[in-house]
Amino acid sequence: MIKLTHVSHVFAGRQGEVHALDDITLEVRRNELVTLVGRSGCGKSTMLRMVAGLLRPSSGTVTVAGEPVGKPRQDVSFMFQRAALLPWRTVLDNVLLPVEILRLDRAAKRRRAHELLELVGLAGFEKRLPHELSGGMQQRASLCRSLIQDPLVLLMDEPFSALDALTREELSIELQRIRMEREMTIVFVTHSIEEAVLLADRVAVLSPRPGRLRKIIDVDIPRPRTLGRNAYADRVAEVSAELHELLMPAPMAPEGAG
Amino acid sequence: MTAVPRTRRIGSRATRRLVDWGLPVIALVVLVALWWLATIVFSIEQFLVPAPDDVIEAFIGQSGFLLEQTWVTLLETVQGFAVAVVVGISTAMSIAGSRLLEKMIYPLLLAVNAVPKIAIAPILVVWLGFGPFPKIVMVFLLCFFPIVISTATGLKSTPAELTELVRSYDASRLQVFVKVRFPYALPQVMVGLKTAISLAVIGAVIAEFVGADAGLGFVIVQSGASADTPLAFAAMALLGVISIVLFYGLNALEKVILPWAEENR
Ligand SMILES: Nc1ncnc2c1ncn2[C@@H]1O[C@H](COP(=O)(O)OP(=O)(O)OP(=O)(O)O)[C@@H](O)[C@H]1O
Ligand SMILES: [Mg+2]
Repeated sequence: MIKLTHVSHVFAGRQGEVHALDDITLEVRRNELVTLVGRSGCGKSTMLRMVAGLLRPSSGTVTVAGEPVGKPRQDVSFMFQRAALLPWRTVLDNVLLPVEILRLDRAAKRRRAHELLELVGLAGFEKRLPHELSGGMQQRASLCRSLIQDPLVLLMDEPFSALDALTREELSIELQRIRMEREMTIVFVTHSIEEAVLLADRVAVLSPRPGRLRKIIDVDIPRPRTLGRNAYADRVAEVSAELHELLMPAPMAPEGAG
Repeated sequence: MTAVPRTRRIGSRATRRLVDWGLPVIALVVLVALWWLATIVFSIEQFLVPAPDDVIEAFIGQSGFLLEQTWVTLLETVQGFAVAVVVGISTAMSIAGSRLLEKMIYPLLLAVNAVPKIAIAPILVVWLGFGPFPKIVMVFLLCFFPIVISTATGLKSTPAELTELVRSYDASRLQVFVKVRFPYALPQVMVGLKTAISLAVIGAVIAEFVGADAGLGFVIVQSGASADTPLAFAAMALLGVISIVLFYGLNALEKVILPWAEENR
């Protein structure tokens, strides 16, 4: 569904060039959920923005559904770390923003919006303004907005990281439920190892400066998964431990000439 | 005195309204009482500082005339302000929309704004005569700058995440502007309008001082010449009323059309 081939990116920063991504080759299969982990600044957001068509790679190619990505596509939607709701619009109107911009069928999408809001537990809050909602509720509304165009691909850049642990887990479970209702290819950036393991079919680990693909781990744990007590605790612990090792910097060993 | 914070904390709608209106009224009453007291205690001459009752007497005595002059000044003020809103907001849009235009227009604007407006007033009379036009132009000149600056600032302050969001839908420039940038700038626009409206009345009066045959500024000049200070004070009070009404009018408008603004800034 998503294919990155030898993708590199160099930002022309103010203090010289920043090599954000280096020779990334990654394929995300249809209806797969890949979580992207890596230390801050290793190029995760940059990668997502390329898939979204918000940024062109310096070299290499990015394709979605077999077509090279030139500009943002209607069937790819992006969810940000901040809810990014328009403060003057009600929850419902915020969810319908893409419908207006993309000129989709309003009546049908209105019904869909109510459905989605119901699904994430925001029924009854349609007419509220964003500042009347808690952070978790705002992020739920934002999730509904990114689902309203029925995307094939959902790109999520640390969508739950500004939330408290419990809300975050609730939303992760909701995301899994939504995925059962409707198939979608998802790339999910997170800093949380727990979240990565809970959600992923595969976890892609990036290493920083320049951003390289360090390792891809298959998470073959049956669904639905929860963070609490479960029958696969051993396997979860194993994967988490592996991720932890990959993400923590190795003790400063001399790397020799290289 | 101690009762005031308590009512505010209880904060039911009615009490809050009472506080909002009551406190300024109390302040006004106290001020007028002090003024009255001062004129009596120091036995100040009426033609220097008239007592409040002299002013009220002057107002009642010539209320028809004064209200007519108030209307003249109000009209000049509102017309000049309206022109400034239209021209100012469009100018701000072009500044915010294009780097090139910004670089061209901005320094010019700053230079024009640096010219003391009073210096232009006599020239405006020469150009446009004694009618309402030079007043409207003067009001416009004073209002224009704050409106442009704050609108342009508002238009340029769209948060990056909102811009990214609409870009991810491949929105056109027009859509971005209409759906995000402009509404986001509105609270900032209102700041500019409120600054401008207070200047607007000043602009009208300056222009009337220089050359006019009607308006409250004209009344003040005339009564100064004939040492009719109570009438001048009555005219000044009316100017104050105009300013306050216009300002609070804008405030009320803001509350109605931008209910979200207060909580987000
Ligand atoms: N517009 C830009 N101009 C210059 N450098 C940039 C720009 N955007 C990102 N970078 C640099 O590219 C690198 C990767 O940034 P990116 O935002 O993709 O990291 P990230 O993995 O998402 O980090 P985080 O986990 O903190 O969100 C960083 O070193 C950053 O400083
Ligand atoms: Mg990031």
